[in-house]
Amino acid sequence: MTRVRVLIRPKAGILDPQGQAVERALPALGFEGVAHVHVGRLVELDVEDSSQVAAMCERLLANPLIEDYEIQS
Amino acid sequence: MKFGVVRFPGSCDEVDALIAARRVGEAELLWHGDADLKGVDAVIVPGGFSYGDYLRVGAIAKFAPVMGEVERFAARGGLVLGICNGFQVLCEAGLLAGALLPNTSLKFTCRQVSLEVVNASTSWTNACSVGETLSIPAKHTTGRYYAPDPVLDELEANGQVVLRYRAGENFNGSARDIAAVSNHAGNVVGLMPHPEHAVDLLTGSADGLRLFESAARVPA
Repeated sequence: MTRVRVLIRPKAGILDPQGQAVERALPALGFEGVAHVHVGRLVELDVEDSSQVAAMCERLLANPLIEDYEIQS
Repeated sequence: MKFGVVRFPGSCDEVDALIAARRVGEAELLWHGDADLKGVDAVIVPGGFSYGDYLRVGAIAKFAPVMGEVERFAARGGLVLGICNGFQVLCEAGLLAGALLPNTSLKFTCRQVSLEVVNASTSWTNACSVGETLSIPAKHTTGRYYAPDPVLDELEANGQVVLRYRAGENFNGSARDIAAVSNHAGNVVGLMPHPEHAVDLLTGSADGLRLFESAARVPA
């Protein structure tokens, strides 16, 4: 089995209110100099055939209309 | 006219949809695990939290055995209405264009909304008139309609924008104030507000009944 991580992010250009909320909260705690915060998902999975992960992303793990995914193995 | 209302694990508005449909015809529940539409003339995919909305709203429900049948039914011209979570499921399944994103406020909001009828020739709005206002409740956290601009242009050009939030009513941040869209043929419609909760003046408005009356007017 191979451990694979899939990072799923909101597509660039689509309003990400979660990222904005975090970006606004950090300076309130004294953390300055933070920009372009985006909040996504991490999916970790053990797979026998890692060549199938892209298809898994296209069909289930991500919605390619609104999300970009990055496969790390 | 016989309506079928899909019940997924986590659906919560299927009984209201049944009651609404029974105002204009017969209605029965369809189980998510059965690839069988029981010969109904129209299918309603109701609101709720199908399969817990795990991963992404509607992402798992689109693979339910009943959904394969709903896709074939829709392709043959069968009437399909997706309400709230049902709209999210129809978008995920590719029966409707676009996707639903978290409200810009990130908050669950429950309120009455005023909607403008933009297309009164779909199977679910033919009892309405263009420009008329429907007052219907909405209640969701993930209702911001999104599609890329070229897709939105195409939807508008084809008359697939069915309902719009009136000025000041677009609380979820939907693109171009879109509240409901249809497929190209107009037999499949999805919306975030809940017409099934507005079928009796006792609860403030009976405007939602117009969608069910519209479907009932379509020859079976």
